[in-house]
Amino acid sequence: MRARISSLRDHVLARHLAAALLGLVVVVMVLESVSDYRNTQLASMAYLGIAAGGLTVLTGLNGQLSLGHGALMAIGAYTSALLLPDNESSLPLSVVVLVAVVVTLAVGAAVGLAAARLHGPYLAGATLALAVAVPGIALYFKETLGGEQGLRVVMPDIPVWVLDAVFFVTGQDLTRSRFTAYVAWLTLIVVFVLLANLGAGRTGRRWRAVRDDEVAAELAGIDLGRARVSAFMVSAAAAGAAGAILAFTVKLAAPSAFTLTLSLTLLAAIVLGGLGSLAGALIGAALLTFLPSVVTDIGTDAGLSDIQAAELAPLVYGLVMVAVILLAPAGIVGSLRGALLRARARRRTPASAEPPATGTTSGTGTTTDPHADTTETAGTTPATTSKGTAS
Amino acid sequence: MTELELSGITVTFGGLTALQDVGLTVGPRQVHGVIGPNGAGKTTLFNVACGFVQPDRGDVVRRGERIERLRPTDLPRLGMARTLQGLGLFDRMTVLDNVMVGADRHARSGFLGSLLALPRAGADERALRDRALHALDDLGVASYADRYPPSLPYPIRKRVALARALVSEPDLLLLDEPASGLSSAEMEELGDLVRALTEQMSVLLVEHHMDLVMRVCDEITVLDFGRAIAHGTPDEVRNDPAVLAAYLGEDVH
Repeated sequence: MRARISSLRDHVLARHLAAALLGLVVVVMVLESVSDYRNTQLASMAYLGIAAGGLTVLTGLNGQLSLGHGALMAIGAYTSALLLPDNESSLPLSVVVLVAVVVTLAVGAAVGLAAARLHGPYLAGATLALAVAVPGIALYFKETLGGEQGLRVVMPDIPVWVLDAVFFVTGQDLTRSRFTAYVAWLTLIVVFVLLANLGAGRTGRRWRAVRDDEVAAELAGIDLGRARVSAFMVSAAAAGAAGAILAFTVKLAAPSAFTLTLSLTLLAAIVLGGLGSLAGALIGAALLTFLPSVVTDIGTDAGLSDIQAAELAPLVYGLVMVAVILLAPAGIVGSLRGALLRARARRRTPASAEPPATGTTSGTGTTTDPHADTTETAGTTPATTSKGTAS
Repeated sequence: MTELELSGITVTFGGLTALQDVGLTVGPRQVHGVIGPNGAGKTTLFNVACGFVQPDRGDVVRRGERIERLRPTDLPRLGMARTLQGLGLFDRMTVLDNVMVGADRHARSGFLGSLLALPRAGADERALRDRALHALDDLGVASYADRYPPSLPYPIRKRVALARALVSEPDLLLLDEPASGLSSAEMEELGDLVRALTEQMSVLLVEHHMDLVMRVCDEITVLDFGRAIAHGTPDEVRNDPAVLAAYLGEDVH
């Protein structure tokens, strides 16, 4: 058992890099084989996925609720727009993304300090204020931030070496939409590897401990405030990167893109996918991006008018949401994982289960214990039996 | 040198005096019990000892050093650990992760180590995991390492909680009602375990079950209405008239 756990968990970085490489291959294959229109859609999926990934770390691993992640994306997007005002700017996009992350991180630190003192509905209220206030800032500073119209984002020319490299690998010319999609998905892969590292390491364990039991976490020496602020900052940084990618994709940073609806949409994505799971965040982002257009197409094909077909999308989206919450409350990934665990527990028959090792005390018969949890999951029964046979 | 000395502890909540000038001393490798009827102030005293309650007056002295403002997060650094009456296990984390959180004081790598999964962070994690598995093994529950607490029977969860406290290698362990919910056979085992712990540490114990307290404690402090009414060895306490009076009519387990 010890060996099995070690082999699974010892090479965190290797595991995450392998997944990233696999992801990269899939990304190249998909982006190269679809149209410009789909590439733009996929870029949208990437920025929603990045923001949802950051949010799922905050909500799923640390138990904090944020309604302000749309606003944090706005900060990343406006920062990028200010850095890319015209064709003259020579900043590489990677630098733009980094600056967007740093600026959003700073704002996230300020909000996170408030978050460290607030809980549940109060934190939701504070971040809601952020969601309402930030678009207002853009309206107030019309001169620099463009007011209602927003700021145009001018993407720099694709570097020649990138054009050459992509042509060499794929044999196709790189279009601008496809280039943006590549930038978006590369950013997503980097962000996800970093988030996965944090989640699998000591930092993530401390976040989860604070989420599950504050008193016990404190007794283990974990400063609740610092854990919460760090989770919020990490989450904000991801939102900043997502905002930058959004700016690259829609080539505009305008207040109308960052309404409260965006924040709620992100929450919906992580609930659908499964809280705390990066894969879930990605699935949620995919549903958000593709469900509306797929449903609208089906509606039009079925003979509905354009307006009726367009109204079908929110309806189906709502139904999917209700169905997931009723049938798979742990989200799509969470429910799959639960099913996997139960299947594994069923395979672990009493005969093959190793009896608990005995140290300073001997094993106790637990089958007769009146306090044994009656609300056990399916995984319990075999081990309880094995415990009983061991004593 | 004493492991822990509480002196002149007074705690008031609003107008209510929960503790009035209470003191106790836990010597090295000693088991010290705190008993008393319900509402006597046992839990409050315990919470003062681990920083959840700040006393209005009085000193908390650890190994001759007065602690100005003890906070719960200081406990691991001070070589202290506490179990919780409600166990306080992290329900959505595996048993192994639960105990690794308890071992957190031994980790050196920080945020950057986690973010980039640096080699030294990996080495740290391996060391924590080894400690955690060892602590689970010592209590006979290593085979539950990859399970989640809600799926385990209560006595097993109890051992996991104890492993989480012991893995920090404290030299003073605070046990809050460790016998609650255990059968008499299990309580017997618990008693042996607590005695065995004194080879490595001192234990401060709050407990309802008289049999257990009388069996394992070297010294006992009896609280009643927020005051220490008696103090001494189990035999001394058992025959103390004030104690008998306080417990008269009480259901002595």
